[in-house]
Amino acid sequence: MSILVIAEFAAEASAQKIKAATRSAIAAAKVIGADIDVLVLGEDIQSIAQQAANINSVTRVLTLDNSVYAKPLAENFAPVIHCIAKNYSHIIVAATSFGKNLLPRVAALLDVDMVSEVTRIIDANTYVRPLYAGGLNATVQNNEIIKLLTIRPTAFDAAPDANQSAPIESIAVVADDKKLSHFISEHIQHSERPDLSAARVVISGGRSLGSAEKFQETLEPLAAKLNAAIGATRAAVDAGFAPNECQVGQTGTVVAPDLYIAIGVSGAAQHIAGIKDSRMIIAINHDPDAPIFQWADYGLVADLFESTAAITAAL
Amino acid sequence: MKVLVGIKRVVDHNIRVRAKADGSGAEIASVKMSINPFDEHAVEEAVRLKEAGVVTEIVVVTAGAANAQDVLRHALALGADRAILVETPELLNSLATAKVLREITKREAPQLILMGKQAIDDDAAEIGQMLAAFLNVGQGTFASNLKINDGKIIVVREIDGGQETVELNLPAVVTADLRLNEPRYLKLPNLMMAKKKPLETIALADLGVSATSNVVTINVAEPAARAPGKKLNNVQELIDVLRTQAKVI
Repeated sequence: MSILVIAEFAAEASAQKIKAATRSAIAAAKVIGADIDVLVLGEDIQSIAQQAANINSVTRVLTLDNSVYAKPLAENFAPVIHCIAKNYSHIIVAATSFGKNLLPRVAALLDVDMVSEVTRIIDANTYVRPLYAGGLNATVQNNEIIKLLTIRPTAFDAAPDANQSAPIESIAVVADDKKLSHFISEHIQHSERPDLSAARVVISGGRSLGSAEKFQETLEPLAAKLNAAIGATRAAVDAGFAPNECQVGQTGTVVAPDLYIAIGVSGAAQHIAGIKDSRMIIAINHDPDAPIFQWADYGLVADLFESTAAITAAL
Repeated sequence: MKVLVGIKRVVDHNIRVRAKADGSGAEIASVKMSINPFDEHAVEEAVRLKEAGVVTEIVVVTAGAANAQDVLRHALALGADRAILVETPELLNSLATAKVLREITKREAPQLILMGKQAIDDDAAEIGQMLAAFLNVGQGTFASNLKINDGKIIVVREIDGGQETVELNLPAVVTADLRLNEPRYLKLPNLMMAKKKPLETIALADLGVSATSNVVTINVAEPAARAPGKKLNNVQELIDVLRTQAKVI
């Protein structure tokens, strides 16, 4: 039994880095317990392959280095994985936008059903995944010959580096541009703040902050002091207070930081779905009946602006 | 050009769903059902493309029991031209649903297939990608903007940390994110008119698709509740919590 983990990487500061979510996928593979191969698909990927080789419990790193794979187009990535799939009992990728876009395409090529957003692995065939925005948990059994899983990164601690280095081999698959899709551009928000999905502290704002300026003025100084990522509710994003990629919840980013501070967040079920696995939730809201207080470990009913300013000043 | 829109009937998004007492599934017997919100954005986008003169016909399709006609009528009232119900008493997994859509695509030969990026019941987000693979066409998942031009479609995709823009050859599959558009409100006369629009029913077996899946749900349960929280009286208490409990300072 061998497991294939698909690596995802991105530019971080000045260098390409393997994503923390991929380390979580490797950690999930380790729970199943078998040899773990990591596939690195891309262009100029030597450094990524070496990073993957250094991760704890990786048996082998497989590479396919070709300009066809310079951008992660599922139309071109999926056939490569399909080509080598028969060697594996499981194929795992993190449930990021990359993994969610890619793995179902592989599943169809293999004619198998898959399991998405796994939050717990009970045994090699049995997993827990959320339904209804986390309102329910389903235990599912996957009886396919090859088991395809996306795992929710926040549910598995990222695998650390090891002291040794796994072998790196290139795979004998002919690069093939399917010419179905074509990358045009990307716009990634770069900030000095930590990445929302991986930050230890997240500070989120809701629509009660009133405007984009107020949102920024109120949250930014506190986030700077706590080295926190800034998140937002769907209502705040829809109102234009924060960019789309800040949205936390069922349809945005799912976070599970050590500390989540919700400022002026009412606590809609779809937002709670994205935060409820946080280690500690602190909520500040002027409305004592806001549902967020049912989920907060500590709640303060107070004026958002005054209390946030006071906290920021005291730190 | 013709557009096919795949939709699903799900528990209304305002309803908090409970687990059945025996753990066999979600308790959905007597709760309000609606069109999956993401699918509504997909229908809306198709209607806007028709209003813009890019699209000539909109066909909506769902797989489900006879009562799924209500969401098809909803889509017809929004502006779809005709509807197909692939009737089955079984709840289909993603792979079988993608196969249903593949078969309907073969019959209808649309240039564009739209659907929501995920259904809010199982939150799986798999079917569009599976269908694109079955059809060997491009996929524009999590779309917040699209533009059709000269046999191609340009899709802006919501990805982690930002947006990505891709160009796909048509036909293609595009899955809608919430920011693709704002669905219009239904007007009563439109609902009345929708009753007169054609709705065809096809039995699942007639498409040669099997409802059985090798992925089975063995238990559904409510997650453990979070321990009750503590109300703080003032900002100073909150700062103390940050120092002594959260240990972030």
